[in-house]
Amino acid sequence: MSALKIKKGATSHSAYNLRPNFSDVVERHTLAVLVENEPGVLARVIGLFSGRGYNIDSLTVAEVDHTGHLSRITIVTSGTPQVIEQIKAQLGRIVTVVEVHDLTVEGASVERELAMFKVAGKGDHRVEALRLADIFRANVVDSTLESFIFEITGAPEKIDAFADLMRPLGLTEVARTGVAALSRGD
Amino acid sequence: MIVQALIDQGVDTVFGYPGGAVLPIYDEVFQQNSIKHILVRHEQGAVHAAEGYARATGKPGVVLVTSGPGATNAVTGLTDALMDSIPLVVLTGQVPTFMIGSDAFQEADTVGITRPCTKHNWLVKETDKLAGVIHEAFHVATSGRPGPVLVDIPKDVQFATGTYAPKARSTSRYQPQLKGDLEAITELVAAMEKAKRPIFYTGGGVINSGPGASQLLRELVEATGFPITSTLMGLGCYPASGDKWVGMLGMHGLYEANMAMHDCDLMINIGARFDDRITGVVDRFSPKSIKAHIDIDPSSINKVIRVDIPIMGDVGHVLEDLLKVWKSRGRKTNAEAVAKWWKQIDEWRSVDCLKFTQKGKVIKPQYALARLEALTKDHDRYICTEVGQHQMWAAQYLGFEDPNRWMTSGGLGTMGYGFPASIGVQMAHPEALVINVAGEASWLMNMQEMGTAMQYNLPVKQFILNNERLGMVRQWQELLHGERYSSSWSESLPDFVKLAEAFGAKGILCQDPDDLDDAIMEMLNHDGPVIFDCLVEKHENCFPMIPSGKAHNEMIMGEVDTSTAIDAEGKVLV
Repeated sequence: MSALKIKKGATSHSAYNLRPNFSDVVERHTLAVLVENEPGVLARVIGLFSGRGYNIDSLTVAEVDHTGHLSRITIVTSGTPQVIEQIKAQLGRIVTVVEVHDLTVEGASVERELAMFKVAGKGDHRVEALRLADIFRANVVDSTLESFIFEITGAPEKIDAFADLMRPLGLTEVARTGVAALSRGD
Repeated sequence: MIVQALIDQGVDTVFGYPGGAVLPIYDEVFQQNSIKHILVRHEQGAVHAAEGYARATGKPGVVLVTSGPGATNAVTGLTDALMDSIPLVVLTGQVPTFMIGSDAFQEADTVGITRPCTKHNWLVKETDKLAGVIHEAFHVATSGRPGPVLVDIPKDVQFATGTYAPKARSTSRYQPQLKGDLEAITELVAAMEKAKRPIFYTGGGVINSGPGASQLLRELVEATGFPITSTLMGLGCYPASGDKWVGMLGMHGLYEANMAMHDCDLMINIGARFDDRITGVVDRFSPKSIKAHIDIDPSSINKVIRVDIPIMGDVGHVLEDLLKVWKSRGRKTNAEAVAKWWKQIDEWRSVDCLKFTQKGKVIKPQYALARLEALTKDHDRYICTEVGQHQMWAAQYLGFEDPNRWMTSGGLGTMGYGFPASIGVQMAHPEALVINVAGEASWLMNMQEMGTAMQYNLPVKQFILNNERLGMVRQWQELLHGERYSSSWSESLPDFVKLAEAFGAKGILCQDPDDLDDAIMEMLNHDGPVIFDCLVEKHENCFPMIPSGKAHNEMIMGEVDTSTAIDAEGKVLV
């Protein structure tokens, strides 16, 4: 019992836990957000996620329309369906956000990520790394006598799988761009 | 250029405080007569005054403050305006562009600090873009769901000359949808035709949509005969004297309003946002009803409560279409069932949840407000409040007949809001009676604005219900924390009469119920600012109340045993 006579364990309930959960299933969604490329626009988007307690699994951004000054932000996020809906509505509320698309529900889409892996090793490990890279269609973009840098493009799962294989072979450093995604068809 | 842009936007009043980084703008303000500048005594006061002005006129409030501390002092007001959807345009000075990032004197990352507490903000680094940004700022502040915006202007940009862009027809990409989806509106009409226990649950969105929306709402309520309740922010959108009015709902709302919300079979939410002060515990919120929600902000829909009929659009536009569709389908309601529903509501009403007994020689705060209501209701009256028990009592005991007559800090609950807001209201309506119903603790938070009231001879009436306590904090401590009154006693209070006199204003002390009417009349008859120190019952609690973690039908009604009213889960909530 605390000084406030609150039953033990009761304080583990934050107010947010008392919300009804329409569905408890956490889903992973890829959002494409078209924004006016103004100073601070990325801070607005990121601030929204941190301020309201949403998750960012990955985020990429670059200007895609130089004449219209439009940037495309691709965000991979996860949450219950209600949270995902809120994220989209809240993004839509930002004045400089032009469009919000949920690629996960708007038909099929293609996701790609680029990653670079530095793998250091000698002998059999080196040969094995090279062989696996070939299977994964990763390119060698730099080489020393004791290390490679591989460049690999693919869906995030493929990159995860490649990382798992490289780890025992001397993986020392990873750089990933995050997901870029486009919907299929027109 | 800045002053010209403001004039083009129809601005007549600016609330502000000068400083190094805005001197060029102040120099321009000095050399013109179209815009009146009101010198406040603290930047927070400027923003609240602009909020009061905006709320009382429907126009955006304008604020001008300097960089650094000027901007950071404005943050509370910006957050308050964001929560209550009040349109504001705040101009801040900034250190010159070439010094940004160097930790210059009075430098702060104003756009960074205010990004989460404005609807949008801009740092203008090119003079040629300045006028366009200011026009866009007014457009963003007032369209869609209104809110505060901020334009940060470095000093070198203020000094430079550039090309002025006149106010154009909006070419902005920001164009929120105003019309609601007709299919959804028709679905709602069909539900209204069948409903046995319908209720309108209205909010600040009706007021923000303009007087036309309140007019349409009144027409709809009269035509259908459905009962109507409102949130704190929506008071006045339907007249308190109207016979369909069941009173405010929510944590300190009326018993009949909350019971009706709980038991209804069709809830029509118009411009309200299912705030936690309204819903009580959400999984027991109005369990048997179909819920419709009209809101201009898509993120309000399904945020807290899942609704069955979402309608995105401006309240005024949607109500117009709703009335049209309902009329064209033959003006049908389930009149017999609704009559029965009214009988049930009248039964709840007969509980008379606001009943109090004024006895003895100590003024009950409820009595003070009931007398204030009786003596002022026929005036051209605007009411502001601070935050706390007095705010809830004012909402309960004062009647609001029209929109834009009630200025209060709802979402953020900002103590210190009311006094500067009353200054803004009085600026907008110089001839009207403007009363700020306050608690002594809230009022002290922005008491420096007495200087402003005196300087501009604004006859604002500060009606302070003085219980020498942080009343609402004390009430929660009594109910929740074993009557351990930690820091909720207002110690070392000033003598309010002497304080008023120190500023050259009038002070009135009243502590006897028998003197109250005369004292209020004295306040009303004095042409100038008045501090009315009304000493009231110190341990009065604000009831009825939905305790934290409880549902609408579990209200505490009065001086009953409250020790078991709130369980452990409820205590965690605020």
